[in-house]
Amino acid sequence: MNVFAAIGRMTLGFFRETGRVSLFAGDSVSAIVRPPVYWWLIAQQLMRIGYFSLPVVGLTAFFTGGVLALQIYIGGNRYGAESIVPQIVALGITRELGPVIAGLMVAGRVAAAIAAEIGTMRVTEQIDALTTLSTNPVKYLVVPRLAAAVISMPILVAIADSVGIFGGYVVGTASLGFNGSIYLKNTIDFVTRQDVTSGLIKAAVFGFIIALMGCFNGFNSKGGAQGVGAATTNAVVSASILILAANYILTSLLFSR
Amino acid sequence: MIGVAAVPKIELRGVKKRFGDKIVLDGVDLSIQPGHSLVVIGGSGTGKSVMIKCVLGILRPDEGQIFVDGQEVTHLSGRRRDAVLKKFGMLFQGAALFDSLPVWENVGFGLIQGRGISRTRAREIAIEKLAKVGLDSDVAMLSPAELSGGMQKRVGLARAIAADPEIIFFDEPTTGLDPIMADVINDLIVSTVKDLGVTTLSITHDMVSARKISDHIAMLYKGKIVWAGPTAEIDSSESALVDQFIHGRAEGPIKMEVRA
Repeated sequence: MNVFAAIGRMTLGFFRETGRVSLFAGDSVSAIVRPPVYWWLIAQQLMRIGYFSLPVVGLTAFFTGGVLALQIYIGGNRYGAESIVPQIVALGITRELGPVIAGLMVAGRVAAAIAAEIGTMRVTEQIDALTTLSTNPVKYLVVPRLAAAVISMPILVAIADSVGIFGGYVVGTASLGFNGSIYLKNTIDFVTRQDVTSGLIKAAVFGFIIALMGCFNGFNSKGGAQGVGAATTNAVVSASILILAANYILTSLLFSR
Repeated sequence: MIGVAAVPKIELRGVKKRFGDKIVLDGVDLSIQPGHSLVVIGGSGTGKSVMIKCVLGILRPDEGQIFVDGQEVTHLSGRRRDAVLKKFGMLFQGAALFDSLPVWENVGFGLIQGRGISRTRAREIAIEKLAKVGLDSDVAMLSPAELSGGMQKRVGLARAIAADPEIIFFDEPTTGLDPIMADVINDLIVSTVKDLGVTTLSITHDMVSARKISDHIAMLYKGKIVWAGPTAEIDSSESALVDQFIHGRAEGPIKMEVRA
């Protein structure tokens, strides 16, 4: 096995995939603005992507806020700075952990479900059937999912922010000896609008990534059950990696002094 | 129509398609006259499905031209492709019903989405078409997953004829069915085709079905049409390839490629 050939193949493969994803994304975005718009399908996907993700996002945000409070307390204790807990919890949740944790949880839930559903439709020729029935599969399948994910992720993250801060509050007041009203006052005084909006912007981008990866991998699944399985795995893995990479880029853009 | 060369309903000229290194279609020439029922036979993996998908525009041929009603459709897309697709109905091999929708909405899908007919009206038409394929209105509310293979094929047929197409494609209409249900489906195809006066293109490797539902047969082998003629003449084709295929012999000029 020639090492250079392998590296070359991988590089070419990487650029080929990147190109295909970009084309797919371009097609999908341009399909959003052209009629017909399937409002009912968007509403349906809002339920499935947004509403049904609430429990999992809420629970993870709660525990993340709680553990954050604990760790900051322990860390702050070393410098006698325990009182900083409410501020840092709020900052950490709104800027980073709210969007990222919600993004990763929704990626696991939704990207997988989308890839499995669309992948099955691909291998059972349902997508071809849509075409023969004069319906553009991108408009009918991809656009509603993309729109619903981009709309619901900021809402989910807004909720995750509140629940995460509440998690910190519960731990702070119940086991770290904070006074409830002082904890809340410190949080509210400290958090700026930019802390929250930056997180919501990230959330919308993550929503786009999640739906795009689910749809792209589903659309391109090959073979039978095994192909759909591979598409599902790829959707979750690629969505998660892209979320973390995009998070870095967005943080450096949004907070560049 | 002696001496009158009608415009073929569908015509393929030198259509080529390859996937990577694998040449699937290697210059297919084929024409179907209006009202004719052509069956393309050929072994598994000889590119029959690819050929149909090229005509429908689901796949783009690499070379060659495709005409529908004398109009070139090879590279159409968007609205102009949709306009051509409105002439077509298609029965997929696995029926390809949308499992998120009830049976009636499957049948009426092309009417609601493609033609903007109201849901109430589409439902009436769907029930009417279901009756044509021998299914009563109770089936309309079921989900496709609750149906047997034969019933799914019938629903698929109802969906294919729902929008009164001029051309219907059948992809392996009898595959996966027991011999009796296969014959029922064959009969249904013959009667609906006669009823509607449509042009049909089917692909199959089931010779019983091929003889029953066609008036012309063409054989696809190694990406080319190696024989075409009236169904009545298939037994005297004088083609060793055709003979081997219709009699299902393992020995002959066609060597089964075990590796795809």
